[in-house]
Amino acid sequence: MQWETVIGLEIHTQLASKSKIFSGASIAYGAEPNSQACIVDLGFPGVLPVLNEAAVDMALMFGLAVDAQIGSRSVFARKNYFYPDLPKGYQISQFELPIVGRGSLTVDLEDGQQKEIGITRAHLEEDAGKSLHEDFHGMSGIDLNRAGTPLLEIVSEPDMRSIKEAVAYARKIHQLVVYLGICDGNMQEGSFRVDANLSMRPKGQQEFGTRTELKNINSFRFLERAMNFERERQIDLLESGKAVVQETRLYDADRDETRSMRSKEEANDYRYFPDPDLLPVEITEQRLAQAKERMPELPDQKKARFASDYQLSDVDATLLTQSRPQADYYEQVVATGADPKIAANWVTVELAGALNKAGLELSDSPVSAEHLGGLLKRIADSTISGKLAKQVFEAIWQGEGDADTVIEAKGLKQITDTGQIESIIDEIIAANPKQVEQFQAGKDKLLGFFVGQVMKQTQGKANPGQVNQILLKKLKG
Amino acid sequence: MHKKTIVELAAGLKAREFSSVELTGHFLERIERLDGNINAFITTTAEQALAEAAAADEKLKAGDAGPLTGIPIVQKDIFCTQGVKTSCGSRMLDNFISPYDATVVTKLKQAGVVTLGKANMDEFAMGSSNETSFYGNVHNPWDRERVPGGSSGGSAAAVAARMAAAATGTDTGGSIRQPAALCGITGLKPTYGRISRFGMIAFASSLDQAGPMTASAEDAALMLQAMAGFDPRDSTSADHPVPDYSATLGDSLAGLKIGLPKEYFEEGLDEGVRSSIEAALEVYKGFGAEVVEISLPNSAMAVPTYYVVAPAECSSNLSRFDGARFGYRCEDPKDLEDLYKRSRGEGFGAEVKRRIMIGTYALSAGYYDAYYLKAQKTRHLISDDFKQAFQQVDVIMGPATPAPAFKLGEKTDDPVTMYLNDIYTIAANLAGLPGLSMPVQPVNGLPVGLQLIGNYFAEAKLLNVAHKFQQETGWHRLIPEGLD
Amino acid sequence: MSLDRSDVEKIAHLARLALDENQVEGYAAELSNILALVEQLEVADTDNIEPMAHPLHMAQRLREDQVTEPDRRDQNQAIAPLVENGLYLVPKVIE
Repeated sequence: MQWETVIGLEIHTQLASKSKIFSGASIAYGAEPNSQACIVDLGFPGVLPVLNEAAVDMALMFGLAVDAQIGSRSVFARKNYFYPDLPKGYQISQFELPIVGRGSLTVDLEDGQQKEIGITRAHLEEDAGKSLHEDFHGMSGIDLNRAGTPLLEIVSEPDMRSIKEAVAYARKIHQLVVYLGICDGNMQEGSFRVDANLSMRPKGQQEFGTRTELKNINSFRFLERAMNFERERQIDLLESGKAVVQETRLYDADRDETRSMRSKEEANDYRYFPDPDLLPVEITEQRLAQAKERMPELPDQKKARFASDYQLSDVDATLLTQSRPQADYYEQVVATGADPKIAANWVTVELAGALNKAGLELSDSPVSAEHLGGLLKRIADSTISGKLAKQVFEAIWQGEGDADTVIEAKGLKQITDTGQIESIIDEIIAANPKQVEQFQAGKDKLLGFFVGQVMKQTQGKANPGQVNQILLKKLKG
Repeated sequence: MHKKTIVELAAGLKAREFSSVELTGHFLERIERLDGNINAFITTTAEQALAEAAAADEKLKAGDAGPLTGIPIVQKDIFCTQGVKTSCGSRMLDNFISPYDATVVTKLKQAGVVTLGKANMDEFAMGSSNETSFYGNVHNPWDRERVPGGSSGGSAAAVAARMAAAATGTDTGGSIRQPAALCGITGLKPTYGRISRFGMIAFASSLDQAGPMTASAEDAALMLQAMAGFDPRDSTSADHPVPDYSATLGDSLAGLKIGLPKEYFEEGLDEGVRSSIEAALEVYKGFGAEVVEISLPNSAMAVPTYYVVAPAECSSNLSRFDGARFGYRCEDPKDLEDLYKRSRGEGFGAEVKRRIMIGTYALSAGYYDAYYLKAQKTRHLISDDFKQAFQQVDVIMGPATPAPAFKLGEKTDDPVTMYLNDIYTIAANLAGLPGLSMPVQPVNGLPVGLQLIGNYFAEAKLLNVAHKFQQETGWHRLIPEGLD
Repeated sequence: MSLDRSDVEKIAHLARLALDENQVEGYAAELSNILALVEQLEVADTDNIEPMAHPLHMAQRLREDQVTEPDRRDQNQAIAPLVENGLYLVPKVIE
């Protein structure tokens, strides 16, 4: 039987505010256990939540970016359940009237096609703490530093029909929230968490099959693997006539498998109701307008602009706009007067390659945009050849100064003096009569030999164009 | 000294007739001597009180004292007090030393009060007789066989027995007004949001409101002045100007329109209470007020609405008591579920468990619409009744309770009978309106409370209406026999 | 709605309350009585009535995004039932 995969994703993004969603405690990662859990986060008797405006504004920016419906009123609700990482016995979340309503996102697929994925909603909620399972005399340790960190939960429609589509959508959301500056996107630290709802159905069938929810996925690679495993598991079940059980399954990266989460098996009754400690949030025109003003250029817009303004190929424009820092870096290079296409090549190939090799982020690049611009300028004005440029780049990377300093120090300046080149060529012709003869007899390939000799003589500094031209003139007599 | 109102005590302090240390010592001595038979206090903080009194005396000497500087009061044990046990009347919090002060506590400290201790109360403020307290029931100072009312029963009894000049209370369905009525003192539940709820242990968040419990309306004005105001730490606190509550106490009541809801005078009202209320109305007529009958047609819905809304909110509010971070933890939990179930099962008393269960049920899948959503709608109807009424009248009057104080143990077997005690007070909480109870003519030696309900933020009007009456009659000056 | 033993047990589990075996019947009767009181609401005509969650018509106030809470772990944990290395200890959490 032909099976079709149906996937919807729930993505939890930690918002990049300074303080928690309902308290003034810091959300910085990696603090001492419970040192950033204030009485509000700990759910002490008598404490009350007060909403952080940054969380609201960041949610609005996301809503605007996915063209979502944004209501004038939004309501917080309590989701009630007992768990040690949930200090109040309820999570403040949203149920009816989420801050971001229906929207959509267009995803580029590998085959060059595009697909629009529906976004059901995005709502604000507080993150839970962490249970540490190292053995404390047979007990678990609870760290509530993360409790109360603002989350935007982005829920998609079950619109994805392949694992590739789902990964592409997740990556696009990741790119978007990082672009918007509302999330640091760090999957290792849990700033961006993807849960996948996956089900199978016979191709052509309308109704959805029974789905499972996959959790504990902390990279895109694992997302793909978890869904692959789960897809196979479900197909095996269905093909052997068994039923898929609706449940939450944890992905185990070490074993590359998903397994049932025992503790959440019992049917939950969350008893959602409007949180009486919080009033309805009014989204005024003014607040929305402010959020609009704060919106940066989005990846798709930037890509289109790069393609048209800089005459870049689709591939280059896509690559350069992958991340905001890279796009900004590129534009800074172009701003120095560099040719946009050559700059694109240097940023996406030479620089990206060097960074990758060194395991560095662009923000840590030893070569600044100004330095790279300076180098490209020396290529453009023929001060150095393209070949030597790599050597200069290397030296800048090593901290030996900007392009001009390096060129000067290493004496790499290109020889463009025609007279000087001519006299070198004359010497070479004189020293190699046999090759001259063969060339003149029609062995054109030998031109390369003569060029090589000139470059050897000049340590690569002769201008290759001039060398070619003069050689041809002299050899053909 | 203990017979004096705050206003009189403040005058005495200012005139150096006595010091705050002397006054505090006097009240502490009374607590020591009398509270064994009343049980109004869960905790007394004598040492701290005397230190606060000494500081107040310095301020008095320096001449920068306010009207509450050096006045000894008691805090209901629902307000978090830093470094002092805050039990909420529950075994669950018997070991809870709060690491912070409630906003109300901070504000009253800033006003210079001396805190004598923490007042007994129904467990988590759930009760109308103070019989659900983990610390034992409170005896009504007027008749020790009777209840003081609840949930602020300890606060009411402490003021009635003059073991404190004033007290704080909280009122979710009548918990200030009903005990004030049964103990013969003045109790004011302000408009929802008038006083910060930060640090006040939540029972039902959309209904809870703190307020003063005092010997007179004039005293209540001073206490409210210190307690009221916007708090950035409480999202539901009202950003609404706080008027000078004392300034308008003496305003004329000529032309005041008083509405009597006919539903509050139907069967079930004690005849003695009815005639006391009627007598009080005559006093108002004497002031030139006009008394008209009005209707609050959805009054019968108030108690059933309340017993969905309040338990639903409390079932969630009390989930934080799980034995993990503070409060009671059962012995040797065998697993996580056991920790939760036994800590909560052993830490909470029967009434709290009942309400948690009712609320859990009302919010659960399949019942939410029939119970919780329905109650939110009837709540709207009840609120609309008052909106209509306040288009016709300035203030609503009626009984605070159906009868004077009942006997200890009389209603403990049947929760529903107990709940009906709050039949006249609950509606104001549902609507969020201010309400006040003050003593009128007693019946068979037991106090009777007249309830005033005002429009939103009309506390000044209620205090004015009460004060005029108290100036005229003096029922509020009665002190239980043997306690003067 | 009259609740029986198993209803009460289910609710008590949802609310994580251990009840004494011999009290369950009593709770069932009391809770049923309370529900009978509450069911008087059924007669109210609430068609087209908006649910009322708050007494006042106010909008949520927003807090400026500033870190205002210092580390008070020691103070907060002084009253904790069981802590170690700054962590609250509870019976093993099984996922």
